[in-house]
Parts: sequence; structure tokens; C-alpha cells
Amino acid sequence: MKSIEELAKIREQMKSKMALRESEGTIRVVVGMATCGIAAGARPVLNTLVEEVNKENLTDKVTVTQTGCIGICQYEPVVEVFEGDNKVTYVKMTSDKAKRVVAEHLMGGKVVEEYTIGANQAV
Amino acid sequence: MKELSLNILDIAMNSVKAGATLIGIHIIETDTLLTVDIVDNGCGMSQSTVEKLRDPFFTTRTTRKVGLGVPFYVLAAQQTGGDVTITSVQEPDPAHGTDVHGEFHKDHIDYTPLGDIASTVLTLIQGYPDIDFEFSHEVDGKHVKLYTREIREQIGDIPINSFEILHWIQEYLSEQYNN
Repeated sequence: MKSIEELAKIREQMKSKMALRESEGTIRVVVGMATCGIAAGARPVLNTLVEEVNKENLTDKVTVTQTGCIGICQYEPVVEVFEGDNKVTYVKMTSDKAKRVVAEHLMGGKVVEEYTIGANQAV
Repeated sequence: MKELSLNILDIAMNSVKAGATLIGIHIIETDTLLTVDIVDNGCGMSQSTVEKLRDPFFTTRTTRKVGLGVPFYVLAAQQTGGDVTITSVQEPDPAHGTDVHGEFHKDHIDYTPLGDIASTVLTLIQGYPDIDFEFSHEVDGKHVKLYTREIREQIGDIPINSFEILHWIQEYLSEQYNN
């Protein structure tokens, strides 16, 4: 059975790691978590992004955050990727699509065009 | 919403927006009834605002003129024969904050299952590491609890939303449910 005191141990283990993590991520991944996003399935998308970013050791480079309604409710779940002055908007996301975005875009630097709002607008 | 836990996440987001520093999610389940209190110490609302909340055409968002969070939640309760009661004390009263009390009849055919409530708690901690959350859930003779303040005392300056801590919280909750 886990006890709260265990956390002190995890804290010690993480201290050295945290020193390296000081720098803010250069890529910001934002998930829309208003009523529209949540109803459309944003919660598992967000959780998958958090897990995958950690699994692929991208936490120094990538921060995953939440925001309110982006204003394009019909395209939810929406994930925006900010890097420098660039923004890519992914729409109608799922956990599987999120995994591909982590692998191809966040790791490989290549936008997954077919999931972007540009590729989905004619629908 | 497919799960009540998603409604709860959505309602808790209103507490975040109200500038709460402490948000409580307290669930008590019997065989036939589920009650949820989502309590915060945010800025609160005037009585006239509270009265408007059930109206889908009332919203604080600026992107469009429809606000469905509270109406969805009220619907989920009322379709089981239950209801949602909202009480609020507005700033500058020192007791400011809001309590959204919901009652859901589990034996009604239109009851929406609670679903993955642990995931809702984790999502809130991940997104809002500066807010303290108090979660409790009484079900099947178990009393599942998670107070982020207790966790913070142990981890010091390590962010509560770092993956290692979130992962620990997830396991801590799942152990409490499964033991």
C-alpha cells in the first residue's frame, strides 16, 4: 500500500533531474478543455500527450498545457502546437492521433498535415 | 457527456476560472444515490447570476453566446429524477466561494455512469498545479481520499504536475479503489 511519505523518496530521486529541467520548453502544446473539448473527448487526448511526451523524454523541450474554448467547437478536440512564431492547429484529435503528432511532429519536426485544420476544413 | 466524471471536470473548470485556490470534489455513493459537491473558494457569484446559470444562453465565454456546462450537468441530474443546487457567496464577503451540489439516482435508466473520476482529478492537477485540490469518494465501504496539500508538503519544490508525481498519484488512487 502506498503512503504519502514515499513521495519524499521520489523527491530525492527527482532533484538531480529537475536541475536540468529548469529551462522552459521551446514547444508548447495546448489542449482545449472547455465544455466543447471535454464533451468531444479532450481528456484522453491530453492524458496521452502528457504520457507520450514523458515516455519519449521530451519534457525539457515540450510543455503540455490546457486552455478554455478556442472558438472552433465543431473541430474539438483541438490541439495547438506553438513553436516560436509558428502555430499548428490539429483538429478532431484522438489518443492515437496524439501519439502520431508526438512521434512525427514533436520528435521528427514534421507536421502531420492530414490532422491539421487546413486539411479538415472542406468537410 | 459520456461519463459524469467529464461533467464534473467541466464544472470544476468554472471554479478554476473563478480564481479558486482550493477546489473540493466530494462524492458519496450508496446503492441508489450518487451525490457530488464541487466546492471552491473562488470569487463567487451574485444571486442573479446564480439564477441565470441554468440558461444555456448565459455564458461568461467570449467566443460564442452559448454556455452548456451547467445546463448539461443539470440535465444529467434531472433525467435521473435528481437535481443540481448551486449556492454562492460573492466577494468581498470573506466566505466567498461556490458549492455545486448534485444528486443523481443511480437506479434510473437515464443515469450516466460516473466513469473515470481519477482521470478527472489528474487532469485538474496537471493543468492547474498552483490550485489545491481535495478529493474524496465514498463508495462500496471505501473512503478514497487525495489532498494535494499533503502531497505538496512531501515534494517541496518539485512541481506537482511533473510526470513522476502525477503517475504516483494515479497509482495511489487506483490502489485505494482496488484494495
